[in-house]
Amino acid sequence: MGKFMKSITCLVVLMIGASAFAASGEIELEKSGNDPGNTASLQRGARNFMSYCAGCHSAIYVRYKSIARDLELNEEQLIDNLMFNAERPFETIQASMPASDAARWFGRAPPDMSLMARAKGTDYIYNFLRGFYLDPDSPTGVDNLHLSGTSMPNVLWELQGYQRAVFVAGEADEAGTAPHVFDGFESVTTGTMSAKEFDEFVRDTVNFLEYISEPIRRTRRVLGVWVLLFLSFFLFVSWKLYKDIWKDVPK
Amino acid sequence: MTEDVDRNRRHFLAVATAVTGGAGIAMVAIPFLASLKPSARAQAQGAPVEVPIGSLEPGEMIRIVWRGKLVFVLRRSEEMLERLSATTEFLRDPDSEEVEQQPEYAVNQHRSVKPEFLVLEAACTHLGCIPLSQFDVSPAENWFGGFYCPCHGSRFDLAGRVYKGVPAPTNLRVPPYRFLQNDVILIGIDNTGAA
Amino acid sequence: MARIESEVGTPQGGFMKWIDDRFPFTATMKYHVTEYYASKNFNFWYVFGVLSMFVLVMQFISGIFLTMNYKPDAAEAFASVEYIMRDVEWGWLIRYMHSTGASFMFIVVFLHMFRAMLYGSYRKPRELLWIIGMMIFFALMAEAFAGYLLPWGQMSYWGAQVIISLFGAIPFIGDALVEIIRGDYSISDITLNRFFALHVIVIPLALIALVFVHIVALHEVGSSNPDGIEIKNKKGPDGIPLDGVAFHPYHTAKDLVAIIIFLMFFSAVMFFAPDLGGYFLEHANFEPANMQVTPEHIAPIWYFTPFYAILRAVPNKLWGTILFAAAVMLPIFLPWLDRSRVSSIRYRGWIYKMALTLFVVSFISLGWLGMQPAEQIYVVWARIFAVMYFAFFLLMPYYTAIDKTKPVPDRVVYHG
Repeated sequence: MGKFMKSITCLVVLMIGASAFAASGEIELEKSGNDPGNTASLQRGARNFMSYCAGCHSAIYVRYKSIARDLELNEEQLIDNLMFNAERPFETIQASMPASDAARWFGRAPPDMSLMARAKGTDYIYNFLRGFYLDPDSPTGVDNLHLSGTSMPNVLWELQGYQRAVFVAGEADEAGTAPHVFDGFESVTTGTMSAKEFDEFVRDTVNFLEYISEPIRRTRRVLGVWVLLFLSFFLFVSWKLYKDIWKDVPK
Repeated sequence: MTEDVDRNRRHFLAVATAVTGGAGIAMVAIPFLASLKPSARAQAQGAPVEVPIGSLEPGEMIRIVWRGKLVFVLRRSEEMLERLSATTEFLRDPDSEEVEQQPEYAVNQHRSVKPEFLVLEAACTHLGCIPLSQFDVSPAENWFGGFYCPCHGSRFDLAGRVYKGVPAPTNLRVPPYRFLQNDVILIGIDNTGAA
Repeated sequence: MARIESEVGTPQGGFMKWIDDRFPFTATMKYHVTEYYASKNFNFWYVFGVLSMFVLVMQFISGIFLTMNYKPDAAEAFASVEYIMRDVEWGWLIRYMHSTGASFMFIVVFLHMFRAMLYGSYRKPRELLWIIGMMIFFALMAEAFAGYLLPWGQMSYWGAQVIISLFGAIPFIGDALVEIIRGDYSISDITLNRFFALHVIVIPLALIALVFVHIVALHEVGSSNPDGIEIKNKKGPDGIPLDGVAFHPYHTAKDLVAIIIFLMFFSAVMFFAPDLGGYFLEHANFEPANMQVTPEHIAPIWYFTPFYAILRAVPNKLWGTILFAAAVMLPIFLPWLDRSRVSSIRYRGWIYKMALTLFVVSFISLGWLGMQPAEQIYVVWARIFAVMYFAFFLLMPYYTAIDKTKPVPDRVVYHG
């Protein structure tokens, strides 16, 4: 590679590196810290999802049968612990509440959860589920720090307890209006879980959501390693052949 | 040209590369070909079907759909069962020796679990047309009731056994099924598992 | 005819002779493969032509298998993609191959085009070859754009909305044209259906034809090389260029290595990060199209963003569209804009090297800016880089004419 080529390559690498710094003015999201490789966590998450979410939220692309296969559950465990809304294992996850009723009660139908983790990211969901706070002006009694005006009620309040959001006045802008700046939550009532237990509960649930958003994820990573190993071997053989054939060509 | 070329080595490397590449292509072909198999949805839609048969009168037949295929469920009367012995000499495979045409438990004269209830896939084994049911008897034509395919004239008796001298090569197929209760059968699955 | 008849049934010559009497198989293989001579000092940059073709074939195969399960229907399209991802055995692999392939196609094509700019491959006598190549590039953009609508996600929908609206800027006929493209008053099931037809039939057929013509033209004029000299001018007594080696087995052996290395990069992305952090598969596209909600932040897929940034940098719809089109089309004129005495970057002076560096900087920066939200600071920078981008082409006749060049050798040389 010539000197010019080297400098161009360096430049490209630098610029791609620089583009990674994209600042955002929104409330910083805590890392969800979930691990889709942790089967026990996925099993707990599946139970959480079916108990607390699947009443309203469907996951119409997800079959119970595939959950059982990937989460290492037998049919009995599947039927007893997860299949509250379904008769047969090959069915997909439908919400118990009909979408039309939901739209009437909540203003809009609760979104399908099949792909939520890929659309919004696990960090967002992790923070969203922990971000409900008391708001007397809201019809559901709560608002959410990360989705203001959400029509979703705080279904996990029994576990988490109620919390209040503390806002402080931020720096005033040119027009003299000071923005509300979020400054943490304050517990109002305690729930059945400690804060740490609740975070774990949400983390497991988010983990399950990440799993259903791409059930094949684990398989593709395992397969990818084998493919790369095969290609490395192929590269070795073909490189030897290339070098041998090019012995014919005088420099 | 400039160096001595070891022909053997080059030949070996060329073959090794070709074999590795060929293996790679074959491995890539597997997922592509496998993607043509019935998908999880097709399997779900082709799941076993429960059929209540309590209300069937002797001589009555119902048609149900399993995996997009029509299945006949016929409750044979005593008299119809007796006719099964009369046809034997005109049949190609009276003892159901053709293994693929029925599960093991249907290898008998009546080709069913319980003699009364006949479960048959309604697809002529010639070219797949739906046979018509003709349960009346005309001994002059050696016809003791059964199924007649209007497409090419194949004939089957009341156990779906094929007559000699017709285009259909084998007996009508019996799908896997089992009795869930005395009056409910499940088509598509038997005691050995899914079809 | 008489000759053929006399030979029918005679065993001499065997099967190949029987074929060759009826179809010029051996002659074609010789002309295009075993006796096509290309320079022996090809470097890294010369593999991207073969790689583009390889990706094209991969896209064709994976695409054909996708059409077997995809439904071009607004009510079913999104679900059918998820059906492929989950219910069809190995469907996920085929789909990821196709979506990753789309991005890799543009990576290799951009590098292939950059190679031409490095070594002056577009210069006489390869002007037509370059123009055909540009037409392939346009067809690829159309193909990618039509294909991007098919998953019917939020980005599919709103990306198509934005780009199709561009045509509305054309005076007099704009609005009518937009309606004809969409076939409806908004992007709808009808639009999806016709984009499907374009994506799987019309443009692929055009691509096959164009790639064929591209290769015929290439083999007529011969491949360029990193020294930008004509190897055909120095032939040995056997009539073979002294610096050329046969395409097969020499270049094929080299290209096979390149393809495997490419596949390793490709697999690394496809198996370990098929979304590539939202660059190859955008997050918003995992939500089904919703014509009542525009995503907060919409940006086209990465390979369109350099041109999209130029569009956004102009505060006037008509001029934005014109400059957008100009940015895409301008490279066509490179063979006539370049007035240098030499072809290759190796023998050009510092002015061209600097101009090309600034061009790369502007192109990548525009690509990055095109992904950012439409805020003033980004628009200002996009204007600066857009000026750099256009200056590279429009000032080329001047700076290449005055640029000092180094003497060009007679025969190709090797650089480390």
